[in-house]
Amino acid sequence: MELTRRDAVAALAAVGGGAAIGLSGLVEPPSATSNDHGPRESGSGAPDDAEIEETLVATAEVVYPSAISGIEEFVGTFLSGRLDREEHRAGMARAVSELDELAAEWYGDRFAALDPGERNEFLRELGADLVEEDPGGSTAERVRYYVVNEVLLALYASPTGGELVGIENPQGHPGGQASYQRGPQA
Amino acid sequence: MSADRSPVTDADVCVIGAGPAGALVADRLSAADHDVVILDAGPRFEDGAPTRIERTERAIRPAYGRPDVWDVGGERDAYSATGEWFYPLNHARVKGIGGSTLHWQGMVMRLHEDDFASASERGVGVDWPIDYEELRPYYADAETELGVSGADDNPFGPPREEPFPNPAFPPSYSDGLFAEACEKLEISMHSVPNARNSEPYDGRSACVGYGTCQPICPSGAKYDAGVHVESAEEEGATVIERATVEKLEHGPDRIEAAHYATPEGEYRQEADAFVLAAGGVETPRLLLLSDSEHYPDGLANSSGAVGKYFMDHLFAGAGGVLDEPTRQNHVGFLTSESHQFYDDADEEVGPFKLEFFNYAGPSPVEQALGGDQWGDELLDSLQASYGNHVAVGGLVEQLPREDSYVGLDPDETDHLGNPVPDVHWNVGDRALRTLERANELQTRILEELGADVRWTVGPENTGPAYHHMGTTRMGTDPTESVVNPDLRTHDLENCWIASSATFPTGGALNPTLTIAALALRAAERVDAAL
Repeated sequence: MELTRRDAVAALAAVGGGAAIGLSGLVEPPSATSNDHGPRESGSGAPDDAEIEETLVATAEVVYPSAISGIEEFVGTFLSGRLDREEHRAGMARAVSELDELAAEWYGDRFAALDPGERNEFLRELGADLVEEDPGGSTAERVRYYVVNEVLLALYASPTGGELVGIENPQGHPGGQASYQRGPQA
Repeated sequence: MSADRSPVTDADVCVIGAGPAGALVADRLSAADHDVVILDAGPRFEDGAPTRIERTERAIRPAYGRPDVWDVGGERDAYSATGEWFYPLNHARVKGIGGSTLHWQGMVMRLHEDDFASASERGVGVDWPIDYEELRPYYADAETELGVSGADDNPFGPPREEPFPNPAFPPSYSDGLFAEACEKLEISMHSVPNARNSEPYDGRSACVGYGTCQPICPSGAKYDAGVHVESAEEEGATVIERATVEKLEHGPDRIEAAHYATPEGEYRQEADAFVLAAGGVETPRLLLLSDSEHYPDGLANSSGAVGKYFMDHLFAGAGGVLDEPTRQNHVGFLTSESHQFYDDADEEVGPFKLEFFNYAGPSPVEQALGGDQWGDELLDSLQASYGNHVAVGGLVEQLPREDSYVGLDPDETDHLGNPVPDVHWNVGDRALRTLERANELQTRILEELGADVRWTVGPENTGPAYHHMGTTRMGTDPTESVVNPDLRTHDLENCWIASSATFPTGGALNPTLTIAALALRAAERVDAAL
């Protein structure tokens, strides 16, 4: 399934994004995200927005179902509604920074530079699959919260991800009053 | 910048608690040109971070428990639970502007006529000193204030003539599945009155289907008492948030002032009249904390009934899976229920209602965030878990019992050094028998539907519905009750209580519409007294 820009805007409209639809009545269009950055050297300071985005896209490529494509634009657009939350952005930056440091130690390169198989293996070695998310917890728990679950929230609280499971208006998405009344064939 | 939390000069009325009862009383009295000040122990959530949409994310993410969504917990909210049944108090309340309507489900039914006459009609409990006819116009008023979405299609409900302000939410797809089974069993289903907008109402949006209703509605379509606090402020009321009332200064016949603590210091609010609206736990606690030489067992407690007769509704439920899609978890509210068996209540079995769930089984996004898989494995797991769950819930009445009470725990103190509330919750055999009866019907419905029944919540594992009732009961006899039928305390001429704490019995219906109706009635009485 190809994720489109429209899917990303819908993901932003969901709980993970910026505005509560019923109150505002509209969704702000996502701002363009910069992709004109070079690779960050390990240990070269706090990651900027583009580097956070690159890491989360690289994570989504591992934790999303294999049938999903169009991840880069989807995650990038979603993050445009997330990175302006100062505290949340700081948590993401710290988790990404630690993720990269460990990736460099264990696999010899930044997380996003690893191939998908290595990224999957590394995240599991870190324990990010088995731990409960915790924004104030260990590295693994924060990676689960700010990185892995960040992109899982984007997908599964959006209609696109919901539809993969069979629910076009998943919890967290303001999908209106019609879908709960509809039958499976509608 | 520090907020001004100093007291209001020359206040006519001091309302303690900014939940639905306090908000409605404050709104009405402000509109009647009285100078009103509202004190609440919690914050005004809309003023700062996290935003409501960020709190909604907390409702979905596994890192946060339910109390975290509205910042409940810590020293301020310490409590004890020493009864036969554990009471999870901090899952059951919110402190702040809006009170527990911030996290409530939003179901708003009128009590049935027999609920006001339990002793006479059912042979157990006590009669209320007022009947349904007395409260009926206030129920209609409350429905308008809360913007209830409903339909006059409940053949078992009490008589009503006024239309609901908003149309009922249409039945869900799964309601249709239940309807076929219920028809075969001759069980009638009907709509649920919801305090959430099916259409835009009173400047608030229609429901947009976030599906996180309990514990939070990000769109504002679900009513919360912030609506009436804001309205009261527009009429001139003053709201002092983060103001914990610790003690009521009084003489033998009147309250003189409320002593409250804020982040900046302690203050004393005088007023001509006081309305206690801090719910069924903190209201009796404040009275018990305000003991004196005049009232050695607690203020307004000549009867000894303050804190006694603590009641909640108990949850009964059963659920399972079908071999077809059931379309659950699109919304977080209910659209169908049945009161068919409610008025069969007698000495042995209490009233109960049945609820047909729209959110049975796991929510895929919550499961995804809490699982230990990802990629295709996660998707396979979500697809296997979601899609064919069904459940029938219900609420059951418990009777008032003297050994079920809210007291003070002398061994534990809160952030201000005051003894914490001890919720000593005992339930009684009639409630347990009623749970069994509800479970029988729930299981029969599910089996008729063809479900594989996977779980039951009944006498062995039930829990409370977070409706705190009975702890300052209403009555005509000052030796047996705390407030009179006008909701004024028997002991004090300028103190009223607006709360489910005044319910003599609880029925088996969600209490907030009755709280609202009583609050509007109390406001009339306070206005007349002023």
